[in-house]
Amino acid sequence: MVVISDILVQGVQMLLVLLLAPLLTGFVRKVKARLVRRQGASVFQPYRDLLRLLRKEVVLADNASWLFRVTPYVTFAAIWVAAALVPTFATGLLFNWTADLIAIVALLGSARFFLALAGMDVGTSFGGIGSSREVMIAALAEPAMLLIVFCMALVAGSTQLSTVANFMASSYVGLRVSLGMAVIALIMVALAENARIPVDNPATHLELTMVHEAMVLEYSGRHLAMIEFGAFLKLLLYVSLIACVFLPWKIAVFGTGPFAYAIGTAAYVVKLMAAGFFLALFETATAKMRVFRVPQFLGAALMLGLLGTLLLFVSRSF
Amino acid sequence: MSAVNLQMACVAGLLGLAVLAIVLSRSKAATGVIYGATLAVSAIALIGSMRSLLGDPANVTALTLPVGLPWLGAHFRLDALASFFLIVVNLGGAAASLYGLGYGHHEATPHRVLPFFSAFLAGMNLVVLSDDAFSYLLCWEFMSLASWALVMAHHREAGNAKAGYIYLVMASFGTLALLLAFGLLAGPAGDYGFAAIRAARHTPYAAALVLILMLLGAGSKAGLVPLHVWLPLAHPAAPSHVSALMSGVMTKVAIYGFIRVVFDLLGQPAWWASVVVLFLGGITAVMGILYAMMEKDLKRLLAYSTIENVGIIFASLGLALAFQANGLKLLAALAFTAALFHVLNHSFFKSLLFFGAGAVLTATGERDMDKLGGLIHRMPLTSFVFLVGCVAISALPPFNGFVSEWLIFQAVLQSPELPQWALKIMVPAVGALLALAAALAAACFVKAYGVAFLGRPRSPSAETTGEVDRYSLAAMFILSALCLLAGILPGLVIDALAPITTEILGGRMPIQANEAWLSIAPIAESRSSYNGLLVMVFITISASLAAYFIHRFASRALRRGPAWGCGFSDPTPAAQYSGGSFAQPIRRVFGTLVFHARDHVEMPPPGDIRPARLRIELHDLIWEGMYAPIAGAIGISSDRLNRLQFLTIRQYLSLVFATLVTLLLVLAIWS
Repeated sequence: MVVISDILVQGVQMLLVLLLAPLLTGFVRKVKARLVRRQGASVFQPYRDLLRLLRKEVVLADNASWLFRVTPYVTFAAIWVAAALVPTFATGLLFNWTADLIAIVALLGSARFFLALAGMDVGTSFGGIGSSREVMIAALAEPAMLLIVFCMALVAGSTQLSTVANFMASSYVGLRVSLGMAVIALIMVALAENARIPVDNPATHLELTMVHEAMVLEYSGRHLAMIEFGAFLKLLLYVSLIACVFLPWKIAVFGTGPFAYAIGTAAYVVKLMAAGFFLALFETATAKMRVFRVPQFLGAALMLGLLGTLLLFVSRSF
Repeated sequence: MSAVNLQMACVAGLLGLAVLAIVLSRSKAATGVIYGATLAVSAIALIGSMRSLLGDPANVTALTLPVGLPWLGAHFRLDALASFFLIVVNLGGAAASLYGLGYGHHEATPHRVLPFFSAFLAGMNLVVLSDDAFSYLLCWEFMSLASWALVMAHHREAGNAKAGYIYLVMASFGTLALLLAFGLLAGPAGDYGFAAIRAARHTPYAAALVLILMLLGAGSKAGLVPLHVWLPLAHPAAPSHVSALMSGVMTKVAIYGFIRVVFDLLGQPAWWASVVVLFLGGITAVMGILYAMMEKDLKRLLAYSTIENVGIIFASLGLALAFQANGLKLLAALAFTAALFHVLNHSFFKSLLFFGAGAVLTATGERDMDKLGGLIHRMPLTSFVFLVGCVAISALPPFNGFVSEWLIFQAVLQSPELPQWALKIMVPAVGALLALAAALAAACFVKAYGVAFLGRPRSPSAETTGEVDRYSLAAMFILSALCLLAGILPGLVIDALAPITTEILGGRMPIQANEAWLSIAPIAESRSSYNGLLVMVFITISASLAAYFIHRFASRALRRGPAWGCGFSDPTPAAQYSGGSFAQPIRRVFGTLVFHARDHVEMPPPGDIRPARLRIELHDLIWEGMYAPIAGAIGISSDRLNRLQFLTIRQYLSLVFATLVTLLLVLAIWS
């Protein structure tokens, strides 16, 4: 009986991330439009886009292989599983113990690996340019991410997100410089990983500086829908990650009953909206940087992570 | 029959097969007979070593043979550590033999491969089994020479003779370092048995020297930067199943030597030793994979990636040393288990990938990635298993490479427990280097797979090729199944490794079999856990659910058409991204520093109809900064000494007289 209710709560989370992910992207787009005084599409537009794409037929390049057809589902599944493992409204859900933060990052890495391969599959130069730049950005983002994980694990004593969130929610964390550095670094990595401005522009399609969009250029129909949905989920995942680690406000502890869960869900939605708003604000205020400036951007994230870690050592020993 | 006797019988069988291969050398049936027999013998040895590792860990069996130096004899011993490495050796040997059953038929000169193949297997088994310094060195040299002969199997191909020469020089250098190390270990009393060395106390200076000599000796065989130069030349030069053995297994035998001496024979390590090992490991991992990224020869890329993995293993061993030096037995066991797990994993996926590269080589005759492409249509099964190998080596869940990297990161995260400041700062930095290496490995294998197997064929041979034989495929499928199994059931592997950590470090990781749902949780307090099985099940279920619902309720229509490419379909396959262009962003980021890379654009003057050319200039700084000067100095000094061969008799006599006087003078001053 307990197991059934556990699975139920876990299932609710998996559906919740699925439902909220397009909404978050729609919200960001809406705010961006309003900030530049456009009306903008409805916040529900991403759902309509997805449904329209799902109903369309797939136009497949002549020499596309089975890998090209499987990749959308594999990437979507990997990102969905990763997103389901990050605590959203409650910590300690049934499957939270399946994977820790390192494994979640690696799951996203699996998704990217297959997507980069799919970019190479058809054999057009656009796919190649996208894939090669995507793996470069990943190669720089991953060490930075590990140092952030390191910093968090030093404070919380675990890489398991539920444990970290519970620890951060407790009263005796306080303000720490190194956590501040870690959160800035994490935001920088999140921007890079989600192909947002200033690293990549999610709105361009015909520009030689594009990365992610060039990689998925050959996709259409339901395949494209799955990839877009994966990208929405990934954005939600990173926002949830930042929220659960650095802002575990009102997050429900496992087994505290439906009421606490409801409060947790409401708080989660508020956090998503706040994050979406700030993301839109930031993207409107900055310009996209050249591709070969990205190493410096991510190098700064790496250094912040390292500095945060070293500061923790210093503050511990005195 | 006791365990060690069984292993020695297998070794004797392999040596006998080497002789048989010489006898049969020109016969048609030799290939089938020899590979079939080595497969059988390796399988028996594999089962025997698994039994001795999984059976009673206290049951250490020894054997003394009356061969070798008179009155001393040769000592052999089988403990848990040796059993584990015998599993690695014989599993690799069995897989390579199975692969050879098919691959060997394409061999033009089987008599140059077969005798040395089984001798090489015997040599690796003997190194792991030997229990005194004399037989260890003898077997080590036997292994080196047998593998050298295999490198030289195709000695007329361009570059192979040079590869063999450099390999021979570096192998001799490594053995010299080992010889000196064992000399120091034996001490003035000169007892060469490992039991006596283990019992003796070693002064800190001697221990430091031994560590450095072992890093030189075992490190040069394993491919530690900057002693790696021979490896990317020699490993790819051999036939592909031997490349798999050299990369997947022989480097592990070198790591076994390092572990045996530094962890087992030297006793309690000093903490600074770990700094050296960690540093070398981290640098090796990143350098190896950067070299691999720049490479366009498929087999050489794999060889460079071996260097990366050796770096990861050494970094992990360095962590184990650091924890062990500070008496943190549990954490030392964690780092040590991670290293051994990676040894096992690397032997699986690197053998698999070399087999795949060999399959591509036999099918198309090409090792150059820029002449391949589109093989996923022509060789679907090989492409599938090669993909498994790529995912596994890129440390992506749910495959095995991720588990060992995850364990290493868990060990890295425990570094605040260390009291020394140098280590506290260094370990996170090495962790970042390892993360960089892992991410670059993913990039590198996207490149390898994407250029060689995906896209459009870049040469006629890639366009018309077909699938390889069943034996080769069977070997590759078995290895890819092992990659998956070790990835989803890591707890079983960790528990199987526990007797080794108990034996070597005196501590062990918590029993993983008790964890719910087959999770692994290396450190009970931190509650960090990972469950490869559930991750795989979740991904499979959610991907199939998504696919099912979409095909059922949305749309399943599909139309084939020409590629979109933003409306511009490039007419020739040459317009695709090649290996070099795929590596360009990473070359821009790291290349200027590490390789002094420069891109030269040669633009013809206006009116000239020549095409513009892009030339990439890369420098191997280690070769140019270290080896080329040494080689140059040797060349110059031997030129100078050459003059001594053309003196008159008077001059020779005066030289002899001068030498005599000098020696007498030295003697007079000395005493």
